[in-house]
Amino acid sequence: MAETKQKAKTINPFGLAIEKLYDFFDNKTPRYIFMIAMTAFLIYLPLSSSRFTQEIMTNVFFYIVVCLGLNIIVGFAGLLHLGYAAFFAVGAYTTGILSSVYGVSFWLTLPVSIVAAVIAGLAIGAPTLRLRGDYLAIVTLGFGEIIRLTVRNLSITGGAMGLIGIQRPVLFGMVLNQIVHFYYMFFILAIIAIFISYRLHDSRLGRAWQYIREDEDAASAMGINVVSTRLYAFIIGSAFGALAGSVYAAKMTAISPESFMFIHSVMILLAVVLGGMGKIPGVILGAVIVTLFPELSRDIGQYRLIIFAVVLLLLMLYRPQGIWPERQGISSKL
Amino acid sequence: MTAWEVFLQQLFNGLLVGSFYGLVAIGYSMVYGIIKLLNFAHADIYMSGAFCGLVLLGFLTPYIGNAWLGIVVSLLISMVAVGLLGVLIQRVAYRPMLKAPRLSILITALAVSMILYNTVMIITQGQYKPFTTGLVHESFYIGALRMTETRLVLLIAALALMLMLHLFITRTMYGKAMRAISLDRDTCQLMGINVYQIVAITFFVGSALAAAAGIMAGVYYGTVHFFMGFLIGLKAFTAAVIGGIGIIPGAMLGGLLLGLLEAFGTQIPFIGSQWRDVFSFVFLILFLIFKPNGLLGRIESERM
Repeated sequence: MAETKQKAKTINPFGLAIEKLYDFFDNKTPRYIFMIAMTAFLIYLPLSSSRFTQEIMTNVFFYIVVCLGLNIIVGFAGLLHLGYAAFFAVGAYTTGILSSVYGVSFWLTLPVSIVAAVIAGLAIGAPTLRLRGDYLAIVTLGFGEIIRLTVRNLSITGGAMGLIGIQRPVLFGMVLNQIVHFYYMFFILAIIAIFISYRLHDSRLGRAWQYIREDEDAASAMGINVVSTRLYAFIIGSAFGALAGSVYAAKMTAISPESFMFIHSVMILLAVVLGGMGKIPGVILGAVIVTLFPELSRDIGQYRLIIFAVVLLLLMLYRPQGIWPERQGISSKL
Repeated sequence: MTAWEVFLQQLFNGLLVGSFYGLVAIGYSMVYGIIKLLNFAHADIYMSGAFCGLVLLGFLTPYIGNAWLGIVVSLLISMVAVGLLGVLIQRVAYRPMLKAPRLSILITALAVSMILYNTVMIITQGQYKPFTTGLVHESFYIGALRMTETRLVLLIAALALMLMLHLFITRTMYGKAMRAISLDRDTCQLMGINVYQIVAITFFVGSALAAAAGIMAGVYYGTVHFFMGFLIGLKAFTAAVIGGIGIIPGAMLGGLLLGLLEAFGTQIPFIGSQWRDVFSFVFLILFLIFKPNGLLGRIESERM
């Protein structure tokens, strides 16, 4: 079965083209040239584009940040997380409450929201990750719903109406209230996320994650503490989500429980799986596709989710390594 | 109402809702026991069962004339239909993934779940549908307990289904094979058990019970909705964990217990009924911390 699939993949022209592209980017020089050109282009883009493009691109950067955060949990550590939007909500509501109710400066809320995400991550992850990895999937699924119910029931979070009047960030005396400001803010955040992802991927911790993902027993026998290593992945990934949520809250100035529904968690997961779990360029590509696809095809409307679900199913059945898979690791095992 | 009446009322409510949780939890637990998969689609199978029953009721009741008979016939047909749906899902989405890494099969399960509920959402346009049965809800008293015929029959039916399942698992050849597979799949294959067939039967039975629970919940609450499976799926999972996942009597016990915990927990003055769902989730976390093997679970070192 595995052999025949392998063969089918090599004669598949689409797959072949992707492999070629992949090989191309494996070399350092073209990769750096591409990266510098892309960065320059994206810095220049808002100067010559409409608000609509800026809005979409801001959304793309935002998705890149959250997808890379989820990728640490799902791709690097191999844990299924189905409530990522909840951590995003933790960040957004922390910033929202601190800035709209207590008038704290936006920048000071960022460390607080990271701390809140770490606490939430510990509360959910510590009891669950001691057990089987799969339990995490359903517990995070539950947590996503619980956070939504909690913010809806509490009065400090504005209940079902949501929270309004979140202050804009102020930088060197300038109020950041234009879409272009947030374009650059999310752009910088995305670059930081990409950088951190690469550093984590190549670090000792990153290698430990991949080892556990490939063979938990062997990793454990080699002296890796499986539980705490997984917990690191879960917490770091959650902190990414919370940070993105904080900036999102400042951008929107109003948030409601409906901004953090299960479906957002699924979309983020889809982006990670589509691009190729664990592979950073793949995940970025997945984030771009998932964000741009609905913009390009608004008329399919209600069928969108079914299409996504079918894509997810077919991907798992026929190309589990994603569009742009990791060279070793997940792909070699399948 | 006196405290005693409230107690009786909540006891009955808890048992009734708990028996729905138990019926769904059995499906989680059986599938988990046999192929170690958390079947996310199970909650949506429950929902599909409710809608299948609703459609059948609409067709059949006018012909049959009797409300109860109509419900029973639709219930049986839905159980078979949804059971087959479960087998189909197993064949298409799970069987090819059994040898793949765990993450992949969890993602396929999620995809199947999304396909099911989105399909129903599109068909029903996301509306709540009244579950019309033609039953008369006349209440009477048993001692201090206010009761309707419907609720009494539902509780008895749920318990009867659980009993039948228990007999199936303990007294038949197929039940024995299921228990054997959950202990050691590879050895069972060597012993000449058709593992794939038994897995298919497990999905059939689990899905049929979920469908029955869906229809019964429809009769009880009076409305059905495409997202009705989501929370009950979560609670059924909690129930399965409370009883010890993979253990079928545990799932029944866990379901009833969770129903009671919820019924009485929401009576605590500080915790209103809007916190009911949060409440049961807190229980899940507490159980995972303090008693991860569940009430009836064996202690064993887990291997992935």
